[in-house]
Amino acid sequence: MPEIKEPLFGKTLAELTEIADNLGLPKYTGGQLAYWLYKTDIDSFDGMTNVSKKTRNLLAEHFEIGVQAPVNVQQSADGTKKYLFRAGSGKFIEAAFIPDGKRHTLCVSSQVGCKMGCLFCMTGKQGFQGHLSTGEILNQLRSIPERNAMTNVVYMGMGEPFDNLDAVMKSIEILTAEYGFAISVRKVTVSTIGIVPAMRVFLEKSKCNLAVSLHTPFDEERRRLMPIQNVYPLKDVIETIREFDIGKYRRVSFEYIMFKGVNDTRRHVNELARVLNKVKSRINLIHFHPIPGTPLLGSDDAAIADFQQALNDKGIVTTLRASRGQDIDAACGLLSTKELVKAQEERGE
Amino acid sequence: MKSKLTLNKVKISRQTEIAPGVFILSFPRPWDFTAGQVLGIGAHATDEARLYSIASGELDNEVDVLYNINPDGKLTPWLSKIVTGDNIWVSEPFGSFTGTEEAAWWIASGTGIAPFSAMFRSGLTAGKKLIHGGRDLNSFYFSKDFSGFFKDKYVRCCSRDSAEGIYDGRITKYLSEQQQLPTNEKYYLCGSAEMVVEVRDILIEKGIPFDNIISEIYF
Repeated sequence: MPEIKEPLFGKTLAELTEIADNLGLPKYTGGQLAYWLYKTDIDSFDGMTNVSKKTRNLLAEHFEIGVQAPVNVQQSADGTKKYLFRAGSGKFIEAAFIPDGKRHTLCVSSQVGCKMGCLFCMTGKQGFQGHLSTGEILNQLRSIPERNAMTNVVYMGMGEPFDNLDAVMKSIEILTAEYGFAISVRKVTVSTIGIVPAMRVFLEKSKCNLAVSLHTPFDEERRRLMPIQNVYPLKDVIETIREFDIGKYRRVSFEYIMFKGVNDTRRHVNELARVLNKVKSRINLIHFHPIPGTPLLGSDDAAIADFQQALNDKGIVTTLRASRGQDIDAACGLLSTKELVKAQEERGE
Repeated sequence: MKSKLTLNKVKISRQTEIAPGVFILSFPRPWDFTAGQVLGIGAHATDEARLYSIASGELDNEVDVLYNINPDGKLTPWLSKIVTGDNIWVSEPFGSFTGTEEAAWWIASGTGIAPFSAMFRSGLTAGKKLIHGGRDLNSFYFSKDFSGFFKDKYVRCCSRDSAEGIYDGRITKYLSEQQQLPTNEKYYLCGSAEMVVEVRDILIEKGIPFDNIISEIYF
């Protein structure tokens, strides 16, 4: 059985420097490795031309690069692409590339499946199969052809990022560091359902944008839609955000999927205005993309427009997210690799 | 507000292995709580706490925490080595997956039985039916207490072993076979994400309004 080597891709500069040090190499080798891993497209140690052959052989003896090409890609009529990656034996994840004029956004996954069980989400229906490593999160960007054109990265794919905090925080570091992908913190958004302790760590240690899945301002309604409300209620999420100086450059937004007759009334507008009072934020309304067996229906366009106007009238900046990639199940809440996992299990793989 | 869990040291009075790899950790109750609530546990004051449901009753002198060893986890392999007199760090209880007096179905898999044990031991038993799923016959924690009280309103669904009085199959199979489920009662679900989403789908398919389904997921 071949030896499984540790991947270098996904290591921070500090970790790469430590690895170099442990191998008896000059510490600056860590910086060289970071350059080759995050600034170039090399897929083997042989490509590291400013590293001596002896060092390359030493590295190859102990490590692998650890990047993997996607195993499939689907393209939507609107230009959105959905990439499928392997993430361990019998596990798959998806990432969505969303071009919009000059803005190119990659929606990355942070887990295989999800534990959170939100009523409206397809990923939740496949249950939880595992956490992604830092390398597996970043590989979704590194290994697609649009990599160099990417302007924005959003952690809104499969999984709850703050349930995989360590890997996500390290991926953010590499994504935004000069030694890494050097994407501006203003162009990176992490979405959460509101795991408060982990969200606090993120707000303390990162300057990236935060998006919180809100979906209703009423406690009882929210816990029917999102079981996390039982443990970390919205009021705690909002109080925590209030504690931080969000400042001029970081954006906090609240995501709000519109469900017909459930959360699209004037009562909801008024309560949103109350609970978000003096929270420097915006609301992002989202069309509901129905999933099999759901008891929920999406609000119609007129109701959404009316809701948006009512919130704007209350002084809450409210936008409507365009639905993208719905024909390839790449739109919000639709990512799932359940069928692939099931097929692999049936084949005994 | 529980935005950052403050952990306090407690001294363990007992640790009992009730099934292979499944333990009850007990310590004197330092605060009041509501049956169904969770608490955070860490090995040190500064740890990021993991959340566990309390399994004991509101008026019990000791707090019981039911857990199984997650071999890939950091905390539970350490916890399983704890003995009487050792210290662990716990948060105050919190959470709103709490019991009520109204008629309801309690549906749990594995250690997801813990909050229902707390509700049971707190006397919230009127009008309740308990469905518990487990892989083998050792998985039905607290079954002596439950079966003595609930009689035929306590259903054990076993996916791998067979025995008299035990339903042969998973919870999802049992629920799918029910011809008529009351639509005006509440359904409380607790367990893994897989169990909760599958059971919730079945209940909704059987006409239970989603407003009547309350879920707690272990994460």
